[in-house]
Amino acid sequence: MQVPGVLRVVEADAIAYRRVWKGSAFSSFVTPALFLVAMGLGLGSLVDRGAGAPGFEGLSYVSFLAPGLLVASAMQSGAAQGSFPVIAGMKWTRTYHSVVASPVGTGGLLGGHFIWSGLRVLMVSVIFGAVAAALGAISPVAVLALAPIGILIGLATVAPMTAFTANRDNTEALTAVFRFGITPMYLFSGAFFPITQLPDWLQAVATLTPLWHAVELARRVALGYDSALPAWQHVGYLVLLIVVGAAMAYRLFARRLNV
Amino acid sequence: MQPLVEATDLTKRFGDFTAVDSIGFSVASGEVFGFLGPNGAGKSSTMRMIGAVSPVTSGRLRVFGLDPATDGRRIRSRLGVVPQDDSLDMELSVEENLYIYGRYYDLPRREIRARIEELIDFAQLGERRTSRVDPLSGGMKRRLTIARGLINRPDLLLLDEPTTGLDPQARHVLWDRLYRLKQDGVTQIITTHYMDEAEQLCDRLVIMDRGRIVAGGSPRSLIETHSTREVLEVRFPVGELEAAGPTLQKTADRVELLADRALLYTSDADSALGEVHRLGLRPESALVRRSTLEDVFLKLTGRTLVD
Repeated sequence: MQVPGVLRVVEADAIAYRRVWKGSAFSSFVTPALFLVAMGLGLGSLVDRGAGAPGFEGLSYVSFLAPGLLVASAMQSGAAQGSFPVIAGMKWTRTYHSVVASPVGTGGLLGGHFIWSGLRVLMVSVIFGAVAAALGAISPVAVLALAPIGILIGLATVAPMTAFTANRDNTEALTAVFRFGITPMYLFSGAFFPITQLPDWLQAVATLTPLWHAVELARRVALGYDSALPAWQHVGYLVLLIVVGAAMAYRLFARRLNV
Repeated sequence: MQPLVEATDLTKRFGDFTAVDSIGFSVASGEVFGFLGPNGAGKSSTMRMIGAVSPVTSGRLRVFGLDPATDGRRIRSRLGVVPQDDSLDMELSVEENLYIYGRYYDLPRREIRARIEELIDFAQLGERRTSRVDPLSGGMKRRLTIARGLINRPDLLLLDEPTTGLDPQARHVLWDRLYRLKQDGVTQIITTHYMDEAEQLCDRLVIMDRGRIVAGGSPRSLIETHSTREVLEVRFPVGELEAAGPTLQKTADRVELLADRALLYTSDADSALGEVHRLGLRPESALVRRSTLEDVFLKLTGRTLVD
């Protein structure tokens, strides 16, 4: 893998993105706005009449929700980046095959894909953070602290998802992953409510999801609460997913593109 | 002068399946070299090894004197690749596709802009330069793919089945473009299963079948070596061809009985036809033609190229 090759792939992705950036940026803005207003402020007004979750007494629901929802959105964005663009490049337009035939090669292709995905996830996180800050849910400084966690969870989703998609020939399995993996993770990894509300066995499952680790980190940096584990362990788990996912993705890319 | 591509005992296996079986060939600078053979003959596998995207299983391969296993990137930077499926970005414009590909070769932006002008002209896509690729015709897409393959001014252009799936008119436009490239001195390697394409474009070619090279040379020398000057094609009403077979054998140097017709190989097809009639056979139709590479392939493998 060579640095210029990686950057050329990022440049190509950016050029392709120019065609859709307005719609994409708009939905990155509207989706969190809708969620924060409906769930955070609307539903939150009911939640705030209760006692509050253990450890979160006195915190408004929208402030509790915003950091977790930010990283959950980053996770969703990462899942999207690791799925449809990958199957398109492999199978639909087959542009991956022409990238690999150029000096960029397989390593450059994959490296560029991850960097571009990281940038997209960063965009989603910052826009979300800006909306949340504008609604007063989090402080503007917290947005800066949350952005790296957004990138971390985004890549921890992109890398395994890219590996999973690398040898798919249709979207059936991808649809299943979204339906039975991404959506439940989005809902039950502690973004909307503490996982202590879940039955014990489900709590155990939740602690294995990358999103739970990101949510713990997000609340730690945005709200100053203690995370369930030391921060380095949460970060380490996400980094491990990135490294293992990227290594698997590389193997599977080479197996499909360099045969 | 050192050949651009040189292969000895080149082999590619996928598990138990041997796609390319110990072949040897060399391609000189400036020539158009062809791999002719039916689907599954191992042509594309060979191309992918030359293109330094597919590892060599065994044997020796040098491209520009370099080993693809260790110098893949350097080899790829000097190659132009035109894959069978265009693999263009359908959402992007003609220009953008060329621009992005130029960047993959690390060309400066200004240089790419200048080359895009030339290449759009070459590909006759001037009016469509800013339109998306998706709605373009098959012939236009293929011309764009060739233009894309030329963006780095390659020392060698690899074309995998360049006209498969195109209508006859689009094929002729494409042949014209490739002929121009040849006149400009661009070395080309072409795979095809169309014998007319191989005859039109290739200075030299090898005929591949089941992973092996069965013959090689210029189109003319292959025909002269492996076939007769003329061919008489005779058709009979359904069911009568088999009965006529033994008699037909007496009328020519060699006779091939196909499903629907008989091919009579002879130096003088007109007199062979006279002989057919003299022996009392009444073919439904008769056609006199010159031998082609199709006949060479049939002779060497006992099968037709396109089935």
